[in-house]
Amino acid sequence: MKKNLPIVFVCVLLFALFAVVQVGLSSGFISSYWETNIYLIGINIILAASLNLINGITGEFSLGHAGFMAVGAFAGGVITLNLGLPFLLAIVVGMLAAALAGLLVGLPTLRLRGDYLAIATLGFGEIVRVVMMNIDYVGGAAGLMGIPAVVNWPIIFISVVFTILLIRNFICSSHGRSCLALRENDTAAQMMGINITYYKVMAFVIGAALAGLAGVLYAHYYTIIQPKEFNFLLTFDILVMVMVGGLGSLTGSVVGAVLITVASAFLQSIPELRMVIYAALLIASAVFRPQGLLGAKEVSMNLLRKWGGVLNGSDGSKQAQ
Amino acid sequence: MEELLQQLFNGLSLGSIYALIAVGYTMIYGIVKLINFAHGDVMMVGAYVALAGTIMGLGFIPSLVIAMIACAFLGVLIELVAYRRVRPVSRLAALTSAIGMSLFLEYTMMYFVGAEIRTFPPGVLTERTYNWAGIIITNKDLLVLGTTVVLVVFLQFIIYRTRTGKAMRAVSYDGQAAQLMGINVNNTISITFFIGSALAAAAGMLIGMYYNSINPLMGMMPGLKAFIAAVLGGIGSVPGAMLGGILLGMTESLVAGFGGSMYRDAVAFIILILVLLVRPTGLLGKDTQEKV
Repeated sequence: MKKNLPIVFVCVLLFALFAVVQVGLSSGFISSYWETNIYLIGINIILAASLNLINGITGEFSLGHAGFMAVGAFAGGVITLNLGLPFLLAIVVGMLAAALAGLLVGLPTLRLRGDYLAIATLGFGEIVRVVMMNIDYVGGAAGLMGIPAVVNWPIIFISVVFTILLIRNFICSSHGRSCLALRENDTAAQMMGINITYYKVMAFVIGAALAGLAGVLYAHYYTIIQPKEFNFLLTFDILVMVMVGGLGSLTGSVVGAVLITVASAFLQSIPELRMVIYAALLIASAVFRPQGLLGAKEVSMNLLRKWGGVLNGSDGSKQAQ
Repeated sequence: MEELLQQLFNGLSLGSIYALIAVGYTMIYGIVKLINFAHGDVMMVGAYVALAGTIMGLGFIPSLVIAMIACAFLGVLIELVAYRRVRPVSRLAALTSAIGMSLFLEYTMMYFVGAEIRTFPPGVLTERTYNWAGIIITNKDLLVLGTTVVLVVFLQFIIYRTRTGKAMRAVSYDGQAAQLMGINVNNTISITFFIGSALAAAAGMLIGMYYNSINPLMGMMPGLKAFIAAVLGGIGSVPGAMLGGILLGMTESLVAGFGGSMYRDAVAFIILILVLLVRPTGLLGKDTQEKV
């Protein structure tokens, strides 16, 4: 039986994190450079966690995440910029649009397996990009400019907590367990009466909607979005966060998103070698720690106790889960 | 009608380059079940090695051979460093490693040679055009087609007429069984990377001449498209990769020629998704039954 962290403890921790950053931002202790990176970390956590829901929890292999993010970003941008409607509506519409895109792509392509699905979803992402470039209503290749900059720390924080809670509760629900079952063995899951297409599409749609949320936040922070930003390299970046953190581990996605964003922020100072080092780190992490930093584990009471045990020199509890 | 034929012919030479990259992709995928994202970048390295050769005054064929040999060893090295340890552990980790290797090659090359676009020196090929029944054919097209045909025939010979080829087919059919029969699986995989990367290098030189532009990121799009071509034709099948490459090249030329050049890159993916929906194993792929 997995023991979760006490809810009070989690709430206090979250509130403390929120307050520290909020105070840091309003007192000017955190420079605007790091402020951008903190927001970016938040957006990346949402992206990594939602991709992990599709790739790690359900065991499908999607490479279309940048596409869903683009759908959300442009739908949200149209709502606030072109139509002048409130930001909250932009979030709702952005998520719905991305979910719809997820449904449209998911229904036919989720019959494919493994690498075929990967390449089909990657194709979808590229199609979205090219189509956006050719629609004048969303600015063509130049994209949308002058989107209202309404995103601040509380909005990012609430979105991240919402995402993590949603995915965590999904995993713990019977739907989530069905997804885990079909990851482990889809034939066996089907024989147990699980409608595998239904659950694959469900996880896919939720993941897409959350990517759309990240897109809306991204658009309303940077105020300029161009279709060419949402190319497959962005998907690769998200995939790397998921892989470095640990496929199938929600805590891992958070750790991965934080690590990769901070690493690339530090590497900004050596622009010409930045990508070389980034790539070398990527290869090294895949070769020496293929299961990711956290494997498929979550940070729970038992795991903390085990780590505590290791520190104290004793064995700790036998199993993390 | 002439316009159509002209576009089809242009597509044929572009498609034969795609085919050359796709063949390498399909061989590597068939044997290690891994999308080798670095394949397109091996192609890019090949183009640069060939460029260096031609700048030093070598002709077309010596440069091509040098590029092929250099990239063949690069391919083996990539497999050794980035894939060998990861492959048996996790396919997704291997894929991450492949993505990392792709970025590494691109940006290391950019660090050393700069991001600017280069072209082959003019002496390598003096352009001539022939008019054949209204279709304009350049000697560039003929060179591309000729090189592709020669290389593919040679490849077919290796795969179906030599012991090494037999071992490659065996490993790709069932790696474990092949090992039990005394085939050195790791060596066979290295040889596959050797051959596949050599073909990619040749494609790199050809595509550099075809578009008359070489830059460190040139491998990205053709690499992706070649993978599409490989999936289109049925991954793991060499004739399928050829067919997929040529079909893709022709469709792209048609779309670009009839006014849709903005959608050229999207068309490749739309075709891919449509074909996968109707025939998930690709045009010439074998249908495998899942055993429970």
